[in-house]
Amino acid sequence: MNRVVITGLGVIAALGKNTSEFNASLKAGKSAIKPISVIPTEGLITKIGADIPDFDPLAHFEENKLPLYDRCTQFALVAAREAIAQSKLDFRTGLGARTAAIIGSGAGGQGTQDENYQRLYLQGMKRCHPLTIPKLMMNAPCSHITMEHGITGPSFVIASACSSANHAMGVAFQMVRSGMIDAAVTGGTEAVFTFGTIRGWEALRVMAPDTCRPFSLGRKGMVLGEGAAIMVIETYERAQKRGAEILAEIAGFGTTSDASDIVMPALEGASGAIDACLADAKLAPEQVDYVNAHGTGTAANDITETKALHKIFGEHAKKLAVSSTKSMHGHTLGAAGAIELAATVCGIRDGFIPPTANYTERDPQCDLDYVANEARQAPINIAISNSFAFGGHNAVVAVKRV
Amino acid sequence: MADVASDVLEVIAKQAKTDPAKVTRETELADLNLESLDTIELIFALEEKFNIEIPYNANEATTAGINFTTAGDVIDAVAKLVTEQKGSAA
Repeated sequence: MNRVVITGLGVIAALGKNTSEFNASLKAGKSAIKPISVIPTEGLITKIGADIPDFDPLAHFEENKLPLYDRCTQFALVAAREAIAQSKLDFRTGLGARTAAIIGSGAGGQGTQDENYQRLYLQGMKRCHPLTIPKLMMNAPCSHITMEHGITGPSFVIASACSSANHAMGVAFQMVRSGMIDAAVTGGTEAVFTFGTIRGWEALRVMAPDTCRPFSLGRKGMVLGEGAAIMVIETYERAQKRGAEILAEIAGFGTTSDASDIVMPALEGASGAIDACLADAKLAPEQVDYVNAHGTGTAANDITETKALHKIFGEHAKKLAVSSTKSMHGHTLGAAGAIELAATVCGIRDGFIPPTANYTERDPQCDLDYVANEARQAPINIAISNSFAFGGHNAVVAVKRV
Repeated sequence: MADVASDVLEVIAKQAKTDPAKVTRETELADLNLESLDTIELIFALEEKFNIEIPYNANEATTAGINFTTAGDVIDAVAKLVTEQKGSAA
């Protein structure tokens, strides 16, 4: 079994348009949740989000490529370029055949679908753009990464709603660990700011009108975000041999299913995934310093997740630093696990614990150390990152400082 | 507002898949086995029926002072919103 390490990291989010901006914002603990401006909000109840209004596709892509790139593909390509450049790997040297591209996405090309349906249903036009289907298909971001970088090993997209990215990274990790491949480009991407999608979320009655305050008393629900995080992972042996900078080691992956309710989280499923992850990483609960929580800011998730942490960590739960960075970059759904693992890796690299922003008051049912509002200077040696999705898909990834 | 009351009770009974005669102002929604998703569907059905917007957030015990414990609570809330938002009680 190979040890697996991260040697490249790319991020684009409301909290930062590259890893270094993202890292600085995490340290500053400043939430990027603000009035939505990438679409008109007239007719929406939800006026806030963590969108990326100053993202300019033409700064990254030739104009003739854009008819094929939905916004979620654009984000994935931008983050992948950053990660691959940092890794200094060239996949067109034979390595491409031994490399996978496994990407998580919860919803795929929502913007493309919205735009083309509007043409037909609203504007009375008779045709869709000829590239509508290849542009909106959920696997498109992954395909374009393989084409741009010459990756010819296994590639596919995993969809498990808010656990998509953790599942993608977990599967990629297992492929490299097992020796099936030598390297992988993995992570998640999401771009769901369309009128129809937000109205759909509003109808579920889980959206916060003010901001996202995970684990805090007075929390009113979740806030949507958009973006992508992509990482390059490879065997420890290969990274060492070529003198690559190792950002962190992926230590384990655990995943379970609730098999109960389509939207309500279940304690057994959540705690089972954490337990499975620690077992896979051969870690004792006492060894974990930090948990990047799923922490959506909904009433249901935050209480269940707190209970799950108590159940698995016992007495050590009180010593754990737990934070939800969704309070700053929003809930990016299929990209969430990747953006949150990126936040965790930033903390491991620079010796700080990212905070839970917008925290106002202790909730008696959420009684852990949530690193309220200010980043904490402290080393992270071992961390886990939780994702618990609609549909009851739970996925937890463990990372280590190397 | 008698129409509102009987219409609301009918919508609740339909969502709970129970006999409308068994639902009164005093009936508690929890006793009708209306779970979280049923409540959201019920609110959607009421919004559609009366052409109103009900400010309900599943994360809060009460949103904008609206408490959905009994069928009577729902009737009162809908009646108030129909007046405020000029919805249609038909």
